[in-house]
This record gives sequence, C-alpha cells and structure tokens, in this order.
Amino acid sequence: MLNMSDIMETITMIQDENLDIRTITMGISLLDCADSDIDRSCQKIFDKIHKYAKNLVATGETIEKKYGIPIVNKRIAVTPIAMLLGASGGDPVKYAKTLDAAARDVGVNFIGGFSALVHKGFSPGDLELIQSIPTALAETELVCSSVNIGTTKTGINMDAVKLMGNVVRKAAELTSDRQCIGAAKLVVFCNAPEDNPFMAGAFHGPGEPDCVINVGVSGPGVVRSALSKMPKDASLDEIADTIKKTAFKITRVGQLVGTEASEMLGVPFGIIDLSLAPTPAMGDSVAHILEEIGLDACGGCGTTAALAMLNDAVKKGGVMASSNVGGLSGAFIPVTEDAGMIDVARRGILTIEKLEAMTAVCSVGLDMIVIPGDTSSEVISAIIADEAAIGMVNSKTTAVRVIPAIGLKEGEELDFGGLLGSGPIMKVNTSSPAIMINRGGRIPAPIQSLKN
Amino acid sequence: MKAILTVLGRDMVGILARVSTTCAEANANVIEVTQSVLQEYFAMVMLIDISKMNCEIDELRKRLSERCPDMTIHVMHEDIFNSMHRI
Repeated sequence: MLNMSDIMETITMIQDENLDIRTITMGISLLDCADSDIDRSCQKIFDKIHKYAKNLVATGETIEKKYGIPIVNKRIAVTPIAMLLGASGGDPVKYAKTLDAAARDVGVNFIGGFSALVHKGFSPGDLELIQSIPTALAETELVCSSVNIGTTKTGINMDAVKLMGNVVRKAAELTSDRQCIGAAKLVVFCNAPEDNPFMAGAFHGPGEPDCVINVGVSGPGVVRSALSKMPKDASLDEIADTIKKTAFKITRVGQLVGTEASEMLGVPFGIIDLSLAPTPAMGDSVAHILEEIGLDACGGCGTTAALAMLNDAVKKGGVMASSNVGGLSGAFIPVTEDAGMIDVARRGILTIEKLEAMTAVCSVGLDMIVIPGDTSSEVISAIIADEAAIGMVNSKTTAVRVIPAIGLKEGEELDFGGLLGSGPIMKVNTSSPAIMINRGGRIPAPIQSLKN
Repeated sequence: MKAILTVLGRDMVGILARVSTTCAEANANVIEVTQSVLQEYFAMVMLIDISKMNCEIDELRKRLSERCPDMTIHVMHEDIFNSMHRI
C-alpha cells in the first residue's frame, strides 16, 4: 500500500492548504458558426456550446467526488468573436448576450472569447467589437473579454493601445454602480496564448482543434506551507528544489484530472497551465510565498529576485509532471485576488512600479489593480504600452487588467467579492503621456523577432 | 479499482467496527488497514476495493461521516495518490 505519510500529505494539501484545480476550461471553436446573418450566427453558437459543453459541469463534479479534490471553476473559451463579427456584421453585443445565455444554459462560471487579435492592425469586425466591449461587459455577467495588441513578432499596435485606454475606462464607467466590475472582466494582452484556461483572458485560438480541454491548477498555499517547514538558513538552492518538488505534485493532480475529464467528455486533452493562482482566501497567497522565502513584506527590495526564482522553479517542477504544458504557466500576481498583496498594497509597500518590475519575471502582468477613478485614458493606454513593451522584448505574455475606481478617491477600496477579491486604490504616476499615445501607428517589431 | 479511506479524530470505542460495517454494506472489500493511536488521536488508513461497490465514492463518504460524526473522513480514488507520489 501507499506510504501513510504520502497519503496524509495529499489530504493535508487539500484540506488545510487550499490545493485545488482552479479550472477546467473547454475550448470550443466557433469558426463553423460564422454566418452572414448575425441572428443565425448567434443561434449556431448557442447550439454548438450547448452540444459540446452540456456535460462539462457534471463531469467536473463527478471528478471532484471521485478524487476528493475541489475543482473551483468550469469555464468555456471560444474563438475570438471579432472573427465571426467580420463575417456577419451587426451589433456585437448580440454575440455577448448569446455567449452569456449559453454559459448560463450549461452552468459554467465564465465564458471567455469576446476578443479581438489586433496586434498588427484591424481586420473587419475588430474595431466594432472593441468599441462594443464596455456595453457588452455591462450588459452581461459571465462574458470575459480580451484584446491582443502586440506580439514579439509584430510589434505593438499603438492605435489599438490608444483605443484600449478608452475602452478600459468606459468599461469601468458603465459599471460604476457595480464596483466597476466591467474592467475586471477585460484583459489587454501582448503575446496572448491561444490555449490559456484562466479568465478573464481565455479565448480559443484559431490554431486550436475544434474542441479541447485545458486545465489550470492552483496551490500557492501548498508551496508556502512546504517552505515554512524549512529552516531559516536553508540555501536558496534548497528552497528552489522544494518548490520544484511541490509544483511537480500539484501538476500531477492537474494532469490526472485533465486526462480523466478529456476521456469522460470524449474531447482531446490540450494543456496544463502551470500557474500558481492565488485566491483572496487566507493561506492561498503568492505574496505570502515570497515572504516565506525571506522578505519582510512583498513589494520590498528582493521581491523581483524571489519571484523570478519561484516562477522558474514552478515551471521546472511542473513541466515533467505533465504531457503538455501551455497557457500562461507561471506565478500570478493579481493584487485584489491575493490576501498578501492586498495587505501590502494597503500599507503602501507594494507600488505599481514594483509590480511592473515583477511582471518582467513572471506571468502575467499588471493584474487586478485598482487605480484612481480620475486616471485619464491616455495614462491607462501608456500603462498598457509599457507592459506590452516588456512582453514584446522579453518574448513573454504580459497583460493589463486595471480597474479605474470611478467616483472613488485614493485610500478607498473596491470589493468585487468571490475570487476577484477586493483591493485599495493604488497610486498612479499622472504625468501626461498624451502626445506619445496620440501619435498612434505601430512600435515596430524588435530585433528579437528576426529568428529565422 | 481501489480507493483510500482515511479516518482521523479523537480515539473512541468502535470506530473500526463502524467503518468496516459501512464498507461491508456498500460492498466495498477491505484490503489493508493501517492504524495508529498517538496519545488520544486516532488515525486510520484503509485500502478498499471499490470495483463491486453498490454506491459512489462520495456516497460512501457521506454514510461514514453520518455514522462517525466526530471524525474527519476522506474517501478518495487511489489514483490521486499514485499520480502525486509515484513517477
């Protein structure tokens, strides 16, 4: 029989250290739903999602019970809707409402893919979709939106960056009576992955198969707990080693769940996303791991180095545990979704500038950051441009999900509830980048793109 | 198909009897039992064969929890332990 201490270790991880499968995300291609008539297109979308995903939630629950491990979210990612809008024309919000209805019909927590890929320019449907995002997010509940504005290969589409500053602000304004939730469901990407299972940035890339199952694991609590058992004078090599071993175990569970779900649903298994995804629950924080490594507070000097090591060790441990790794794969640092980050942000120790440095060494970007409600759209665009530049030059995914707290002042907080958490308004440098942003055009692809 | 059943809590008379009776009613065959009592704490790990069981794993856990309300009980398919701890 298995070793008793191994058995107890697994049970402790699940019961006391918040080990869970963060999400099973079904990717569904909607390319065959495109129609020149928008209503017919919407009907085909609803029918296809219903057909493919009707058993997704039940399957997730069966696996949860079989293995005794919580599967927190069941989600759907679809083909970027701008591609269908290009064929059909019409009011993009119809698509958002169809997605919302389809998500409710099959009982998933979120549906992602109200998206456009515009890293080199706008094709038919892209502009209309982007302009409709604030309304679409205000009038739906479960729909998530993302826009890819740059890649290492193509550079950064600064016209899109300019547009997105406005869209983020407007998304917050239209939902100012609901904690500005619209902006929390919108991600602006550079180098967006096509198989990311995590929201709000999940979409089903055009290079993906018809239907696929991707899994995102979690487990900051497990890593923190493993590190807390180590002596304070253990070297960083030993710390990295412990993180690797722990990440391996966490990922193996993800692989098991993914394989099982794919067999039960008769859908190919795509990837495991090796991400340490925090939640606002106590003991489930990435900031607390960094503090366990030996920082007084996350956000102080040393944070970037500690995070770089953590991120790398998680990948090294996870990659052997899974047959296919993809998505974002790294440590997440969403401020409002991480109890430790919320704490240091409130105390003013963690700043946006430090977070920006941290995003250079981990996935994903400036995530779930509440900014003052009077931040101009040019400044938001410039935040997006800075973050995209980090992603473009370092050939990695970066993203921006900031929430302008409309009508609130510094020191006040937004509270989204649930996994999205809550957080204080963080100070933003307000010197104006307006002339640069209004220039528009493209930042050419960096020399790193010339690999052939 | 096998599952691992764990029971943790304060030691008292009849835990093993109640657990094994519940397993028998569910037609789950007990293959191996390891138990230890450390001071007043009781920990038991049971390997059970669930291939002919007449209910789902979760249902067995619910029945066990009803019968031993003061104990923490987990019933999990053995594959989760195998995948985590064996390469």
